[in-house]
Amino acid sequence: MQQRPALTELDINRDLLRPVLATPIWFYFLLGALAIGVCTALGGFAWAVNHGTGVYGINRPVMWGFLLVNFVFWVGISHAGVMLSAILRLSNAEWRRPATRAAEVLTIFALGTAALHPVFHTGRPWRIYWSMPPGYDFGRGIWPDVRSPFVWDPTAISTYLTGTTLFVILLLIPDLAVLRDRSSGLMHKVYGFMSLGWKGNTRQWKLQIIAGFLLSALILPVFVSVHSIVSWDFAVQIAVEGWNATIFAPYFVIGAVHSGVAGVISVLALLRWMFRWENYIRDDHFDALARLMIVVATAWFYFLVIEFFLGIYPAEEPEITLRHLQVFEWPFSATFIVFLLMGYFVPVPLWLFKRVRQNVALMFWTTLMVNIGMWLERFIIIIPGLMRKQPLTFNWGSYNPSPIELILVAGSFCLVFLGVLTFSKFFPIIPLADAKEGVALETHVRVGKVMVPAAYREE
Amino acid sequence: MAGRSVLGVFKEVDEAVDAADKLRESGLENFEVLSGTPYPEGAFGEKVANHRLYVWPLMGALLGFSLAVLVTAGTQLAYPLVTGGKPILALPAMFIIAYEGTMLGAIISTIIGVIFESRLPKAKLDLYDPRITEGYIGLVVVAPEGEAERVDALFKSANAADVQLEPVGT
Repeated sequence: MQQRPALTELDINRDLLRPVLATPIWFYFLLGALAIGVCTALGGFAWAVNHGTGVYGINRPVMWGFLLVNFVFWVGISHAGVMLSAILRLSNAEWRRPATRAAEVLTIFALGTAALHPVFHTGRPWRIYWSMPPGYDFGRGIWPDVRSPFVWDPTAISTYLTGTTLFVILLLIPDLAVLRDRSSGLMHKVYGFMSLGWKGNTRQWKLQIIAGFLLSALILPVFVSVHSIVSWDFAVQIAVEGWNATIFAPYFVIGAVHSGVAGVISVLALLRWMFRWENYIRDDHFDALARLMIVVATAWFYFLVIEFFLGIYPAEEPEITLRHLQVFEWPFSATFIVFLLMGYFVPVPLWLFKRVRQNVALMFWTTLMVNIGMWLERFIIIIPGLMRKQPLTFNWGSYNPSPIELILVAGSFCLVFLGVLTFSKFFPIIPLADAKEGVALETHVRVGKVMVPAAYREE
Repeated sequence: MAGRSVLGVFKEVDEAVDAADKLRESGLENFEVLSGTPYPEGAFGEKVANHRLYVWPLMGALLGFSLAVLVTAGTQLAYPLVTGGKPILALPAMFIIAYEGTMLGAIISTIIGVIFESRLPKAKLDLYDPRITEGYIGLVVVAPEGEAERVDALFKSANAADVQLEPVGT
């Protein structure tokens, strides 16, 4: 039975606003280190813009390399963030409280970072607006081709990014009022302006709660559509074996959930360690998330098996050759084994044990493992498919990532964590109002000889 | 009705409920509860707030859908180049953009709707106490002409930690 300390609103303010109001020194060193990583990546990108995309390892026919693998990876991470938050809100899950905002903030920075990758990949940042409706080419009077998935993709991503960002800002308003009341000088004015004059009356709280449900319900279909559309970047191509699969949309969506929920767990573990939030991000939260992960991972694994099985069962030579390349030929054979072990066969059996589920360090490492596996999954889908000679290409190819691509991939990780940490410097990353509501509505009831937590749930 | 706003600040929820009961007994039923926690609706016996938030996403969705159809159809008709053997107005492709436009319209209008229905933004906080975000409960009531002192006494009798009266002439 877990003993939970009795927390007051003052305790919650003090603990959860510690990163904002009493930022530890090491935090700035960490931000500095991440900023150096981001600046290095920017330097790499400037080099690519100056010298052209020849500095990347991409070639004909492997036109998509590490940058687009990383794009799909970050889109995946971003998607499950809000999915997790929305499903937990809609199902009124009590254990959602510490996880929702961290998940949403991870979504914003992961998606923003993902959106940079096509810009990196094309190496022509001043022309990227052409892919966005209505990206009009004034010189030649051309409009974007809405029949292309490369127009659907930025449309969907910008919808999702805009919706998620507004969602986070709206639900942040009550917490901004707390910061307004706790700060002074310039920051008091800034938080006062951002909190829009929030006072916390019954009407405002009621609308906040309805907004949480309503926006969750609106964002969930967008989440499904966006990763479906990302999969269609591949699936509507007729010339690449292994990509033109009808199962790709749900397969990508469930893969996104798998990597995204794992990403949220990793971030929660880091936050708990960094800010000593053991009373807020508790072992039972990790336990609940790990149980969810078992279901999600197994559903994803089912899709993976079906995708392979339906690919090879008709025994068509090009498809068999592609699968052979993915599974049995170096270096993909090694990558494939690592991917399977890290993506499913090591973490999932471990999560069956309660001792693992409630061990924060093990949860951190196993979820990190899942994301390494899921990164490799995207690599295995994209690169071998393009390497093979196809009806519309003329040669076989190979791919080796260039140092610039490696720098950009590493920089993208720095950028996401820099974004999440910078957010936590200025805004509470665990929603204060949610935490306070949880405490206000929680009580303990005696069942036999034990006291168990019980919570009032508003209909 | 001309009146003067009075804010009572209470440390405990039960004290605020007691004060709210006394307000109702004295005929002042239109009071506002301020809190740093979203308590269940009606916890203080306050009136249930009505709103029209559900209209906003519908209107936004309609607007977003119309704009998306206009943009997809208009741009393709403005430069009618056949690609991929698809018709100029390819409905599946248009549906995808229209779907995103619909959802974006619904989300943005919901956000605007929540802010509008919450009566925000407000330039001034008027009667307010920062302790409300520390767990104190505030009760704000507009006392009729000449009755502000009576409400002040009523709040104090309910063990208010502090009572603030709106300055005369504001």
